[in-house]
Amino acid sequence: MEQTLNVFIDGIVRYFQHTSHKEVDIGSPYLIDSQPGVINDYTAVITISGAYQGCCYFTAPSILLKHLILSTGESDTSEEMVIDATGEVANTLTGNARESLGSDFIISVPKVIKGAPSEHAFPYQQRAYAIPISWKSYKALLGICLASS
Amino acid sequence: MMTLMIVDDSTLIRRKIIRESDKQKFAIVADASNGVEALEKFIEHKPQVVTMDLTMPELDGIGCIEKIMEIDPDVQILVISALSDQGIGIEAIEKGATGFLIKPFSQEQLVDALMIISEDIGQ
Repeated sequence: MEQTLNVFIDGIVRYFQHTSHKEVDIGSPYLIDSQPGVINDYTAVITISGAYQGCCYFTAPSILLKHLILSTGESDTSEEMVIDATGEVANTLTGNARESLGSDFIISVPKVIKGAPSEHAFPYQQRAYAIPISWKSYKALLGICLASS
Repeated sequence: MMTLMIVDDSTLIRRKIIRESDKQKFAIVADASNGVEALEKFIEHKPQVVTMDLTMPELDGIGCIEKIMEIDPDVQILVISALSDQGIGIEAIEKGATGFLIKPFSQEQLVDALMIISEDIGQ
């Protein structure tokens, strides 16, 4: 699992290098005993199928997402755009993982939830690993819940 | 000036491509948020170049490339996707894509990729 988590950590670092504020701090990944763990204002869930079963989710506060949008040169920080950005971050981080995990790591389109998601929003009811993300003093989290099929 | 259509389910990405593509070389004639909408707009606008996301609802990018190539085998398609494995790149090229740009991308990378396509077209 450590190797898999490192794949996602590399992806997070690469993602934020493409923003205007390139510094991102990645905390030590930890095991979440019950899903979904720490949840922020918006959460994008991507279902994984193929060689792996489970889900990945990116959860972030509205303020981080608005700054992230602005950092790409976009001036529209409406809720519609915040929801879009949440999904796009999750899509990019999970899609990039295929470079290491292979094309049998099949990802769905993101489902974005505002506020606390119900447990049914997470398609895989096992423990997840959380990768803490700090960017511009804001905290976000990437959740990884995967099992080989 | 070449005509360009942008296909991506993310508004943020579509607007980024619109902002950052070279306005001197490309006239953006349409954009679409899924493969079905892309096909309709492709038929209507007949762009010379298409940027194509792969993971989309309704009809995904690979399916959309296949159908677009049936309509116009001369169109240039630049895939812009987060899917970064070699397999999907090969599949996209086999279906008819001209180039592949992995998300996240910089303005320079986008302009470079579009420039290569414009050179292929000969403009």
